[in-house]
Amino acid sequence: MAGQMQPPGVNPMIPQTYRVNKFIRETHDTFSLDVVPKGGTEPMVFQPGQFNMLYAFGVGEVPISISGPKPGTQGMIHTIRDVGVVTRALHHLKKGQTLGLRGPFGSSWPIEESKGQDVVIMAGGIGLAPLRPALYALLEQRDQYGEIVLLYGVRNPEDLLFTKEFETWRGKYGVQVKLTVDTADREWRGNVGVVNTLIQRVTFDPLNTVAMICGPEVMMRFAVSELKRYGVPEQQLYVTLERNLKCAVGFCGHCQFGPAFICKDGAVFRYDKVKPFFGIREI
Amino acid sequence: MNAPVIIDRDGLNRLISVLVGMGFQVVGPTVRDEAIVYEPLDSIKDLPEGFTDEQDGGIYRLKKRTDKALFGYSVGPHSWKKFLHPPERRLWGAEADGSDFEIKPEKLESPKFAFLGVRACEMHAIAIQDKVFINGKYVDPVYQVRRENAFFIAVNCGQAGGTCFCVSMNTGPNIEEGFDLALTEILDEDHHHFVVEVGSQQGANCLAQLTHRQARSEEVEAAKNIVAQTAQQMGRTLNTTDIKELLYENLEHPRWDEIAERCLSCANCTMVCPTCFCSTVEDVTDITGMHAERWQKWDSCFTMDFTYLHGGEVRASTKSRYRQWLTHKLASWQDQFGSSGCVGCGRCITWCPPAIDFTEEVLQIRDSATQLSEPT
Ligand SMILES: Cc1cc2nc3c(=O)[nH]c(=O)nc-3n(C[C@H](O)[C@H](O)[C@H](O)COP(=O)(O)OP(=O)(O)OC[C@H]3O[C@@H](n4cnc5c(N)ncnc54)[C@H](O)[C@@H]3O)c2cc1C
Ligand code: SF4
Ligand code: SF4
Repeated sequence: MAGQMQPPGVNPMIPQTYRVNKFIRETHDTFSLDVVPKGGTEPMVFQPGQFNMLYAFGVGEVPISISGPKPGTQGMIHTIRDVGVVTRALHHLKKGQTLGLRGPFGSSWPIEESKGQDVVIMAGGIGLAPLRPALYALLEQRDQYGEIVLLYGVRNPEDLLFTKEFETWRGKYGVQVKLTVDTADREWRGNVGVVNTLIQRVTFDPLNTVAMICGPEVMMRFAVSELKRYGVPEQQLYVTLERNLKCAVGFCGHCQFGPAFICKDGAVFRYDKVKPFFGIREI
Repeated sequence: MNAPVIIDRDGLNRLISVLVGMGFQVVGPTVRDEAIVYEPLDSIKDLPEGFTDEQDGGIYRLKKRTDKALFGYSVGPHSWKKFLHPPERRLWGAEADGSDFEIKPEKLESPKFAFLGVRACEMHAIAIQDKVFINGKYVDPVYQVRRENAFFIAVNCGQAGGTCFCVSMNTGPNIEEGFDLALTEILDEDHHHFVVEVGSQQGANCLAQLTHRQARSEEVEAAKNIVAQTAQQMGRTLNTTDIKELLYENLEHPRWDEIAERCLSCANCTMVCPTCFCSTVEDVTDITGMHAERWQKWDSCFTMDFTYLHGGEVRASTKSRYRQWLTHKLASWQDQFGSSGCVGCGRCITWCPPAIDFTEEVLQIRDSATQLSEPT
């Protein structure tokens, strides 16, 4: 069960105020906000894959996945790409400043259910952010899992997130990390091409693999069909879906995807549950 | 509960004052701008006495009746959702202080509404919205408090409207549950009175303060006959057999393109629908920039930026918006909330400017889908 029941008398539409504990520049257009509750209340309990609604004063509120705390730290981290009005306002926040936060909301990655299996994580662009807490959770109990694979694709080498952590994941935990870019620059020595082309470069046992996929919808479609081709069963594929959402609690109706509410039933879905609607144009 | 009783027009009038005395604001049907709408009432003088309505696809007209019926019409453009799920409301305000700010939740008001004249389909519509706002994992406190306070005086329909199909949806015309009092209006040469069923203790308490007498069995029978007759007069029908599967299997049906040529994407259907619940939020600041507010407002799946993601709309075409609306009402609602999202009130047909008829569109899809699926 993801998320908590609403405590009685609490209006789920009212944010709490949080303070920026740390502002981290990740790339030219992406940054992370490490935030702590004002007034020092208990740290938030969340499941990897869940998201928060972040509010920038007077500007608006947007859904942003939880991308950490990093192991051993406390602040809730949100990794955000500056793409529009609200994300720009969040980009301008500095250490010590206030923002509004509601959450956590939504479903989570199948961390428990994957025990005893190989895990393939596939991310496109900012899609690595919601997967990072999943990776942390897997690595925390590394011996419970078989192979752990991270396949990560971005447009340009400069868009790669969390690059400093790759070596730890590889070296200390034996994660097979493979990267690819759509367009290389002069220094890039790695793979070029879409992320599913990386599947052939790693070892895992398809029948006993759980795949967690997050990225643009097209990328996920290709990833799903490629993993299926390798023999990973549909019930072991997990994808995320992104839709406009205003309330995050199933009241506003915006995020419907066929029968699913992205906010309550997702954003992480077992692929076979959404399959009939996956890929229908303008659904 | 108790056996049905009879009250007359004065009794009904007195009921309004009794409710006011108990701290309720009584709201109910009244004539405004050539339509019957739901507004606060002071007495039965505010009811649409002697009016009826003519309804068809894209058509709504008030007409005079030859009698003095108080409830001789079917549902108009308003529904009770405007009281339970207000069209707009402030959620909270925020005050800035340097780079810091504080959020001040809107005070939760607790209005007590007595709804007079709630039809069977509307009782069902409210039960459907309950599932959205209070019976799930999260609760909307504004809806909840209004809902818990509300007093329901339901009215059995004495005639069906031209676009009604509650019989198909199993939501009427007979009032079955959820009411405090339920009336059937009886009007003939010698009488004008109401057969009243009592549905709650609070209903019984109110009734105790009015002049009333036990209903005779033929009066109870007469009331039943009226509702039974109404059931025979439905303006529309909808075959709901396997409707979810039908629509899910026909998301790419060519009929959606045809509808899109007529649909104006005006959102009328969603505004008048008693179960549609979508909303959006708006952030505002004052000129000083130190005070911000967040408002919640009704929204519609037909509006421009309903599905906006940076980079564009998910549902850019009218086709996809109409498809979303209809399949939500009749199919995905079942998966989400365990019932249909349509109660067959007909409002969306009546208030659609180009008269797109929900029931007809489903029929077309059903007919051609069976043809398509036959072996060639
Ligand atoms: C469950 C979920 C998790 C997400 N996690 C992340 C994350 O970890 N990092 C990240 O950078 N982005 C994430 N996003 C996307 C992020 O919410 C959008 O980029 C953001 O809403 C854009 O807002 P804007 O005001 O900057 O853009 P504008 O284009 O100016 O958008 C205007 C308004 O449209 C709405 N809107 C636009 N795009 C989206 C969208 N994609 N989703 C929902 N509403 C939208 C918002 O209400 C926004 O205020 C996530 C989206 C969802 C649904
Ligand atoms: S969909 Fe149309 S007929 Fe059904 S409840 Fe809504 S307005 Fe009434
Ligand atoms: S179906 Fe009719 S009422 Fe609904 S948006 Fe289209 S034109 Fe407007």
